Amino acid sequence: MRVQLSINGETHEAEVEPRLLLVHLIRDVLRLTGTHIGCDTTHCGACTVLLEGRPIKSCTMFAVQANGKRLMTVEGLEQDGKLHPLQEGFMEKHGLQCGYCTPGMLMTSYAFLGQHPTPTETEIRVAISGNLCRCTGYVNIVRAVQHAAAALHEGAAR
Amino acid sequence: MIPAAFEYHAPASLDDATALLAKLGDDAKILSGGQSLIPLMKLRLSSPAHVVDINNIPGLSYIREADGVLAIGALTRESELEESEIVRTRYPLLHDTCKVIADPLVRNLATIGGNLAHADPANDHPATMLALGAELVARGPGGQRRLPITSFFTGPFETVLRPGELLVEIRIPVPPPRSGGAYLKLERKVGDFATAAVAAQLTLRADGAVEAAGIGLTNVGLTPIKAVRAEAALRGKPLDDATIAEAAHLATGAAEPIADLRGSVAYKRDLVRVLTARALRKAAVRAATSEGGR
Repeated sequence: MRVQLSINGETHEAEVEPRLLLVHLIRDVLRLTGTHIGCDTTHCGACTVLLEGRPIKSCTMFAVQANGKRLMTVEGLEQDGKLHPLQEGFMEKHGLQCGYCTPGMLMTSYAFLGQHPTPTETEIRVAISGNLCRCTGYVNIVRAVQHAAAALHEGAAR
Repeated sequence: MIPAAFEYHAPASLDDATALLAKLGDDAKILSGGQSLIPLMKLRLSSPAHVVDINNIPGLSYIREADGVLAIGALTRESELEESEIVRTRYPLLHDTCKVIADPLVRNLATIGGNLAHADPANDHPATMLALGAELVARGPGGQRRLPITSFFTGPFETVLRPGELLVEIRIPVPPPRSGGAYLKLERKVGDFATAAVAAQLTLRADGAVEAAGIGLTNVGLTPIKAVRAEAALRGKPLDDATIAEAAHLATGAAEPIADLRGSVAYKRDLVRVLTARALRKAAVRAATSEGGR
């Protein structure tokens, strides 16, 4: 089947088998390999992308279901060669250890901060509860999100 | 993991969907949120020849309170329920429930209709709907029929839905004044199924005695369980420690858990006792402070 979808503002087309998972379309067909496959069983959230602005697990959706939809992947965070405040935050606060969960953490946090610009620590922890970090680096991940929230807030106030 | 090949159908209307489902019969599975079906297909525990995606059918996603009923479209996402002002302020039991289903990412796709129609005894909405006395609306090629929740679940992953039928609406009676509910779930970690969970819904009289009670149990039997003897023991009684203890004891008797990685039979039974008592107390506090009865 022919699918057409927008990823990070760019239109892509592909011929896919119905059983092709969205994450495989993104990584193997369109070669956007920033999105990771972790558990492949709907647990870990490494494959998180935004579908119409909402974070979902791209290993648990068929590519055909995304036909005509608007997606955003981790590659869409950087703008004009400048890292997003969330990416800066993860660097600054050592929010990534092995880095495997990071794309998912970033996409979930990006959608979350859009809805909750001044979150509490508990709200952040609940928001990322569908994203697992096997290094168990949650303390620094939460600090990274807080760092980004503050930076975005400053940016907005400026 | 790659699912077995299948033919994909995306009907754009309910009539097309029911006609297609009737034609394909047992060879077809309905794709709603896909958060149970797709993992099952990836593990090849399910390999349907046809997948009927109902996400392109308009008018199946809504939350409306009218004529004494909260009507919820079957395709409504868990995250939409969680964010709904009506659900948050007037249906605390339902709000508690949708917040603890799987994880926030799964809830952005998972639907209330799928959670019920999949009929996994570990799913959370079934117990809540038993406690709330919900009614389900199914649509088939021959038209619509209404199904009381009490006779909907016939076995693990089995319901009274016929081939060709799909769930289109969930109807919850608007609770009278002085009503409240709570859902308490013990899970090993976010995203795990319940070790056990209890849904409790209460309506109190002006003097504080129980007017009506609904209690549903999650993942302690082959189907979700309505603890009818516990409910009966509450009716007309003041909600004191002795009454709560008696109801919790009777709820334990209704549970038929099996031992697994999540715990022994004795542990799960005792968990039902503790969670029932706590859910009743929480429901009572909420009932006492609710305005209700719009």
